[in-house]
Amino acid sequence: MPKKVLKEFKVEYLQILDESGNCDEALMPKLSNDDIRKLYEMLVLVRVFDQKAFNMQRQGRLGTYIQFKGQEACQIGSAFALQDEDFVFPMYRNSALLIARKHPIVQVLQYWNGDERGLRSPDNVNNFPIAIPVGTQATHAVGAAWAAKLQGKKQVAATYFGDGATSKGDFHEAMNFAGVFNTPVVFICENNQFAISVPRKRQTKSDTIAQKAIAYGFEGLQVDGMDVFAVYKATLLAVEKARAGNGPTLIECFTYRMCDHSTSDDASRYRPKEEFEEWMKKDSIERLEKYMRKKELLDDAYKQKVVEQSQQIIEKAVTEFEKMPQPDPKDIFKYVYAEMTNRQKEEMQELFGN
Amino acid sequence: MVVATIVQAVNMGLRQELARDKNVVVLGEDVGLNGGVFRATDGLQKEFGPDRVIDTPLAELGIVGCSIGMAVNGLKPIAEIQFSGFVYAAFDQLLSHAARIRMRSRGRYTCPMVLRTPYGGGIRALELHCESGEALFSHISGLKMVVPSNPYDTKGLLAAAIREPDPVIFYEPMRIYRAIKQDIPEEEYFVPLGKANIAQAGDDLTLISWGSMLKTCQDAVEKLGNKYSVELVDLRTINPYDEETVISSVKKTGRCVIVHEAMKTCGFGAELIASINEKALLSLEAPVVRVTAPDVPFPLAKLENYFLPDVDKVLKGIEKVMGF
Ligand SMILES: Cc1ncc(C[n+]2csc(CCOP(=O)(O)OP(=O)(O)O)c2C)c(N)n1
Repeated sequence: MPKKVLKEFKVEYLQILDESGNCDEALMPKLSNDDIRKLYEMLVLVRVFDQKAFNMQRQGRLGTYIQFKGQEACQIGSAFALQDEDFVFPMYRNSALLIARKHPIVQVLQYWNGDERGLRSPDNVNNFPIAIPVGTQATHAVGAAWAAKLQGKKQVAATYFGDGATSKGDFHEAMNFAGVFNTPVVFICENNQFAISVPRKRQTKSDTIAQKAIAYGFEGLQVDGMDVFAVYKATLLAVEKARAGNGPTLIECFTYRMCDHSTSDDASRYRPKEEFEEWMKKDSIERLEKYMRKKELLDDAYKQKVVEQSQQIIEKAVTEFEKMPQPDPKDIFKYVYAEMTNRQKEEMQELFGN
Repeated sequence: MVVATIVQAVNMGLRQELARDKNVVVLGEDVGLNGGVFRATDGLQKEFGPDRVIDTPLAELGIVGCSIGMAVNGLKPIAEIQFSGFVYAAFDQLLSHAARIRMRSRGRYTCPMVLRTPYGGGIRALELHCESGEALFSHISGLKMVVPSNPYDTKGLLAAAIREPDPVIFYEPMRIYRAIKQDIPEEEYFVPLGKANIAQAGDDLTLISWGSMLKTCQDAVEKLGNKYSVELVDLRTINPYDEETVISSVKKTGRCVIVHEAMKTCGFGAELIASINEKALLSLEAPVVRVTAPDVPFPLAKLENYFLPDVDKVLKGIEKVMGF
């Protein structure tokens, strides 16, 4: 019997805006000039935040902080395609996403200063607390999406994770359930090429992460993760598809961590400087500026204004953050159960008196 | 002799064992090129090559599950889990398989592996980087659970754990990784598993602890001065623990305080008290007191000091027992 080919696969890559600021207008999603400015202002705001938070950590004004430089477009572009009532299940590197999704900057700072109050999400948006264990949030997103589907809500759930997370069973089980139950979920992998020191090649023998979706029976694609238009468009299509009842999508945002893994890490131990410099040329903000300049959406005065505006917003939040009263130590008991156990009451009494 | 911290003692112990036995392999996340996030495996990949000091994909279940297979087939894997809060993804592998292979194969297969992981709080780390789960692992028959408290014991216990015929969880006290320096032998020596250490002899009260809390207890004892004569017992191995040393000490002193960083309910202190009740009840002059964390998940950095036992809490516990 001759062998037959049962299936053949292809993996698509989407780039709309290249690193020189050239744009493929045919692929361009519908975005008004105001939308483009909004995206730009958001990208700048979170970058200013990131740098400020890093500096504060170095000055001892903040605890361990996880930077996201290089991944702004992944988070800002995708957030732009989601509604407040959609659910996001973020990871620790998603401070930009949270800021874009109305999490007050003061609280983001509080969280990174080891203050639980920072985790309380505002009521008008569905943001789950960030996951510290790698990859564990993926199944939650599938469950939330599934619940939306079963209850006839028009909600979509999006979950964010790194390339390292795709090695965990959590990721594969989430993908499998999403496929089997056709849940309205969008998997957003921010492939920044490293899991701390371990390169992407060591996480999987697959050439792309996007192709893993094929094995679970749904669409996966790779996008330029420093191209905010491409990330936005891919997410928008995935969200619309999910909302229409047509199931999950995996979006691999191909990008680079332009910073150490965290403020406790030193990437020069394991990452060649040349590689870092090559990637710096692809920066999302710079290429958007080039494009906007050509379109006369940006000039030096506007650029300057956006930076200053961002600095003001961040400084105001920092001032507010530093004036916050300390948390009440009794809070450690407050949210463990709906009702405290007798032993907890005894322990609280022992620790704090009446 | 060479001056070493706990984390350096781990590094020396691993180097010694890798050099001694070609079947020893070290595997985990970032253990190779990066030398581990705490540098516990610093330089080892360079010395022994990437087939023996292995950077794995990010998957704790994979690391532990594959270590079991390696152990069954003649290697001696030393798996590193980056922080103790991330062992839980591999719990099924430990409980259902590592702990039971000897029994389920009627001795045909065994699982001589070591799982090293930094544990405990006190360094303002992120969520789930501060867990103290020694009681969870001690509740699994078939696993051994070891927690050193100083550089000398670290190297000696690690060497002994690596020679064990059964799986060992090796909990490294992250908080004092670099806080204590001690002269330790460069050559091979062993601190046997299952043997407690009487860190200080005394007659009035038995103070039992382990890991990073031992230093807290030592500081408390120092602060007490000559007020009471305290016998400080460093358990070193949690399971199987040295019941004989504990019971004979409590019989001698008649009073006991147990200090652990894990929360109170079902902490290992409960097991110790049960043994004391079974074997030394009539020697007791006062109820045994536990100084532990409260029954809440480990809080974020700002409030961790309220959660953790400290010198004052230990002294309060001691006074309670002495004043009974
Ligand atoms: C289950 C688990 N294992 C290990 C860690 C420690 N750790 C934190 S981040 C990280 C690397 C994650 O890499 P990746 O998933 O690619 O995301 P990135 O940090 O690069 O954004 C590791 C090993 C953790 N937080 N959770």
